[in-house]
Parts: sequence; structure tokens; C-alpha cells
Amino acid sequence: MIRPFGFNEFLFILTAVQWTIALSAIAFCGGGLGGLGIALARTSSMKLLRLVTTGYIRLFQGTPLLMQLFLVYFGANIFGLPLNAWIAALLALSLHASAFLGEIWRGCIQAVAPGQNEAATALALNYRDRMRYVILPQAARIAVAPTVGFLVQLIKGTSLASIIGFMELTRSGQIINNATFEPFKVFGVVALIYFSLCWPLSLLARRLERHFARSTAR
Amino acid sequence: MPTELQTGATGASRGSDIAVRMEGVDKHYDDFHALKKIDLEVRSGERIVICGPSGSGKSTLIRCINRLEEIQGGRILVYGRDLTAGSAAVEAIRREVGMVFQQFNLFPHMTVLENCTLAPRRVRSVSREEAEATARRYLERVRIPEQADKYPAQLSGGQQQRVAIARALCMNPKIMLFDEPTSALDPEMVQEVLDTMIDLAEGGMTMLCVTHEMGFARKVADRVVFMDEGEIVETAPPSEFFTRPQHKRTRKFLGQIGIQQQNIV
Repeated sequence: MIRPFGFNEFLFILTAVQWTIALSAIAFCGGGLGGLGIALARTSSMKLLRLVTTGYIRLFQGTPLLMQLFLVYFGANIFGLPLNAWIAALLALSLHASAFLGEIWRGCIQAVAPGQNEAATALALNYRDRMRYVILPQAARIAVAPTVGFLVQLIKGTSLASIIGFMELTRSGQIINNATFEPFKVFGVVALIYFSLCWPLSLLARRLERHFARSTAR
Repeated sequence: MPTELQTGATGASRGSDIAVRMEGVDKHYDDFHALKKIDLEVRSGERIVICGPSGSGKSTLIRCINRLEEIQGGRILVYGRDLTAGSAAVEAIRREVGMVFQQFNLFPHMTVLENCTLAPRRVRSVSREEAEATARRYLERVRIPEQADKYPAQLSGGQQQRVAIARALCMNPKIMLFDEPTSALDPEMVQEVLDTMIDLAEGGMTMLCVTHEMGFARKVADRVVFMDEGEIVETAPPSEFFTRPQHKRTRKFLGQIGIQQQNIV
């Protein structure tokens, strides 16, 4: 039986957006924590740390997100750790975000003038204090815009979690489409919802970029 | 009050009156030999001016004293404590050695007062009230007490450099290093920074200054050290250095910066 695409179907899709938002938010936080560690390791004076994290970043930047999702989802099962789609998607997206945010933030840390670290070092501040009080606050200002930009990528990336069966926006669209056979309408609505999530963020990123460009030019 | 450096010093007898001793210091950047077997001894309270053509190694030399630069050979002792003896020694020495940079290097996201109180609070565990009182005292001394709550970008270059001096002084250092402190300044701001340095010198601070300000050298230096191609070519009191330079390279340098020996009385 073919259902028409009505308000109830629209509502079904709309409520699924919460899972897209939740997945994005948690992966972004996980990726943020991991990314900070990776950015610090990439800029550390210890060669081994730099090598290992460079490898990690290359690996995640050089493979499709979908493969990363598959590897975590099916890989965990092979090693006798059956993960449900929710955990697998979170884990894969967090690892993915760690690599990308780590690389973005490395650049931001290195963009802070070297004289800042020298001055802090000459004042006898240790590594922790130099990072916490001098380098990271300045790197953070540079990082805001590209970080919001990456968040937009991440939100769109969550759509791939539908393929391992995670129930989010895209997956709900597939389910409704299977019942209504109106793919253009259904996925048009899905795309519009993604757009209404991402576009304001893109605008925000651009505004922040201009704001910080002005304040650093001062 | 004994400082960490003095209590930690080996060979206490000479530890108290020799501020810096460099023995055969060698420094390479890849193929470039930046410092060649440098020997230098600076007594406590002495004011040294280091000059020389660009690329002669003078900045590198003072940057080795607080280990912003690693050295490949030789030893550096600061108040008797060996800088190559590990990170604890380096930390202890940095606490006693203040540095002022050509580009000021103030922390742009902090107010002047925060710039001055960060290190005393974090490194010396001084309370906020005490750190701020000390900072205001030194800002007074460099004659910009009214700028305490501004951000560095709101100050002129000369004011920023004086904040940088105050910030270093807030750690109560025994030695001050100046790395071309007036080179990035507009000409009309050079004197205010030099006046601050002269005031500091007259207060008995041990100072090593890399500078092209020969007027400053004449006025306050106990000794002028002339470097060229990674070597110390000549060391002499300013009266001799400017009137009777011993080496051809020194005479050539003095000529290049517009100092003719016969002009100096």
C-alpha cells in the first residue's frame, strides 16, 4: 500500500532531526577533546608523538568517512565487540572529527607568533601554563571560524550513519520514501532540513571570520 | 633572602659574584656556525653592551643564556648553576633571568596588568593582590601607571616596550637580557625606552644588551663586546672601545655605523 506524503510523514522526518543534532553534537564534543590532544601532539617537541598523530590524521583524511563508519561498525563485531549503530556512528564520527579538528587546530596553534611562546618561556612559564594562558587563547580566536566550518561538514557527514542503520534524518527519509515512493518530495524535504541547519552556521562562520580578521588587523 | 639560584649553586664562592659564565659555547644552525667557542664572563651588577653587524651572533648569544636556543658545545653557568644540567636548572635560571625582545612580544589578549602578573602568579605563586601591587610599582617605574588596564594594541610602541620591561621586572630577575629593544621602534620613541634602561642600569641591575644605540653604550656600559661572524672580536670599556678599537673589523664596523674615532672626545 502506498501512503501519500502528508503532514504526519513530514513530522516523522522532522522529529528525526533531533538524532542528527545529537549525533553531530556528541561527535563534535568527542572530536573536540580528541582534536585538542592531537593538535598538541602535532605541535609537541617529541618526535614520536608528532609522527604517530601525523599518521592518524593522514589515515582519516585519506579515507572516505563511509569506510571509517564501516570499519568501526563491522570491525568491532569481528573483534567480538558488537556495537550498535548508535555507538559505532558516534565512535567513528568522533575519531573522524578528532583528525580534522586536530589538523585545523594545529594550524591555529602554529599561527600564533613564535615570539609569544618565547616570551612566555623567558618568563619561566612551563609548557602547561604557556599553552593554557598564552598560546591556546590566541589560537582559539583564529580557530573559531574554521571550526564552525568543519561542524557544517560534520552535520552533513552524519547522513552516512543511515547506511549502518542509524535512525537519523536521512534514514527517516529513506523509510518514508519506501512507504510513499515520492523520492523527490521526501528527499527535497530532507535536504531543506539539512540546509536550514547548516546555512545559519555557515553565515555565522563567515561573520566570525570577518570579525576576527578585523580584530587581528588592529 | 637566598635565591634558588644561589642555594642551588655549586662552587658557592664564585657563584655569588659571577652572574654569567660562558665557556667554549658552540652553536650551529644546520650548516651555519652561529657561535664559535664563545668565552664570556659577566660579573654581578655589570652592564654589557653587545654590538656587531647583523648575523654576527649577538642575539643568539644572549638567547642562549635563558636557553631559548640550544647549544651544541661548551657550558653556560648562571650564578654558578649549569644551564646544561637538565630542565630543573633551566627552569630555575629562567626565573632569575628577564628578557626584553625586539618585537615586545606582549600577550595581546591580556591587559597590561595581566601581562605583568601572569608569570609571578603562576611561577612564583604570588597572590593576585601582591602581584598587582608589584606590577603597579614597576609600571610606575617605567612611567606608564595609567595604562594598566589597557590592552597592548592600544599603546604606542615605546609604551609597549616599557610594559615589556616592567613585565620582566615583575619576576624580580637578577639579570636582564635586552635583544635589540629599540630596533622596532619609531625614532621618536627610542629615547623613552633607553631612559628606562638607563634608570635600570643605575639601579644596579646586571644587564646584557644587544643594541645599536652607541650613545647608550657610552653612557651605561661597563664593557662593550664586539661580535663578528660568531666570534667575540673585541671586549673593552666604552672609553677605549670607541676611541682606540684594537681590531680592523671593529674599526670597520664603527665606520659603517657612522662613528669616526677622531670625533670622539
